[in-house]
Amino acid sequence: MENHYYNTKDLNKFGNIGEYQKDLADKFFGWYGAAFADSALSAKEKSLIALAVAHAVQCPYCIDAYSSDAYEKGWSEAQMMEAVHVAAAIKGGAALVHGVQMMNKVKEISM
Amino acid sequence: MIKSLQAQHHALSIATEQLDILEHGDGVNAYRSVPFQQKMEAIGLYPLQPIGIVIFQVNVGKMCNQVCKHCHVDAGPDRKEIMTRETMLQCLNAIAKNPSIHTVDLTGGAPEMNPLFRWFVEEISKLGKKIIVRCNLTIILANKKYYDLPAFFKLHRVEVVSSLPSFTADRTNRQRGDGVFEDSVLALQMLNAVGYGQEGTGLVLDLVYNPAGAFLPPNQDMLQKEYQKELFERHGIVFNQLFAITNMPISRYLVYLLNSGNYEKYMEKLLDAFNPAAAAGVMCRNTISIGWDGYLYDCDFNQMLELKVEPKSTQHVRSFDIEKLSNRSIVLNQHCFGCTAGAGSSCGGSVA
Repeated sequence: MENHYYNTKDLNKFGNIGEYQKDLADKFFGWYGAAFADSALSAKEKSLIALAVAHAVQCPYCIDAYSSDAYEKGWSEAQMMEAVHVAAAIKGGAALVHGVQMMNKVKEISM
Repeated sequence: MIKSLQAQHHALSIATEQLDILEHGDGVNAYRSVPFQQKMEAIGLYPLQPIGIVIFQVNVGKMCNQVCKHCHVDAGPDRKEIMTRETMLQCLNAIAKNPSIHTVDLTGGAPEMNPLFRWFVEEISKLGKKIIVRCNLTIILANKKYYDLPAFFKLHRVEVVSSLPSFTADRTNRQRGDGVFEDSVLALQMLNAVGYGQEGTGLVLDLVYNPAGAFLPPNQDMLQKEYQKELFERHGIVFNQLFAITNMPISRYLVYLLNSGNYEKYMEKLLDAFNPAAAAGVMCRNTISIGWDGYLYDCDFNQMLELKVEPKSTQHVRSFDIEKLSNRSIVLNQHCFGCTAGAGSSCGGSVA
């Protein structure tokens, strides 16, 4: 057993989840493939969205996969970093906007 | 300007050293080395044989005005190997005697730097064959003696195939050298000005994308649409087709892969992406490659690895025998995974 939770080689084993539950895995991978296909949004645009979301959910596998995929599809370093900033800004804003809730509570109980 | 591997006396300027790494790894990175022949055997394509030789690809010399980081030829201004008139005459003789050859594909280096280039094109033109020139674009602006190349190409209805790894300057220049993108844009505009890539002229201008890094090309059709939109909107440039080509793990690109720690991952990527449909359509099945010194190869990559066609099929253009060559077994090695990965890769882009 590896002595750490994340192993880069595990990313290549993602498809193996079907060994324990094939039907659900097949449904997931089919849906996943469809979600990333060229459609109303291009596969290239979707790759950049995936990169941003990967950072928001802080998934090392996803960051690995979509850093490569987005660069390979032609996004520049600057564009990719801006996407990460958008993800970070939403996450930061999501925390900070709760400051309003804190203020509401403090105002409720203070004199 | 950086020097060629040969001028640097780099160990990997020697073909046998490259083959040793391809077959046995570099001693540090032992990727899951599956013999290419074994993969081909499993899909009934071993031995791999031609399906009719129709393209005659001539490498007229290794001299080039650029020193691209990925170059499989290790070309550059310091390379002096160049095809002689005698060898060109032997090529012309072979082309003339074999009507099944419909296309002559001229490559290099920068083929235009061979002093006999224009004469050779004129002679091929007289034989009524389709001519492709793999023009690096910047040569057109490298010296005033080349400024009229677009008009010369037009005169002989040459199909121009040119590398442009990105529609942005940054990626292009990182791979091909500072200022290459800017000069390439000017050269493309000059080609457009004489009618190349313009609808209704029949003057074909194709571009080649190859990845500026350790990864495989994206979908060719998607990329072509993007290139057409971006190059037209940014620079008013039009072209016909975009060919997406995979970088072969040989020569300078092999050195890049090793130095950047990407060799093992890249080879695994190629192996994982092995596509039987691409394997069936590899270009070595309809192409013969002729080196600057007249020796015959299954492709330009085998040429750079000094893997001549098998001995029984006549190895020099002076004794070109299309019957024997059509019945030969194509020489394979680990770099061949580059042509069979994903949608496949050839001098004409994706094959599957």
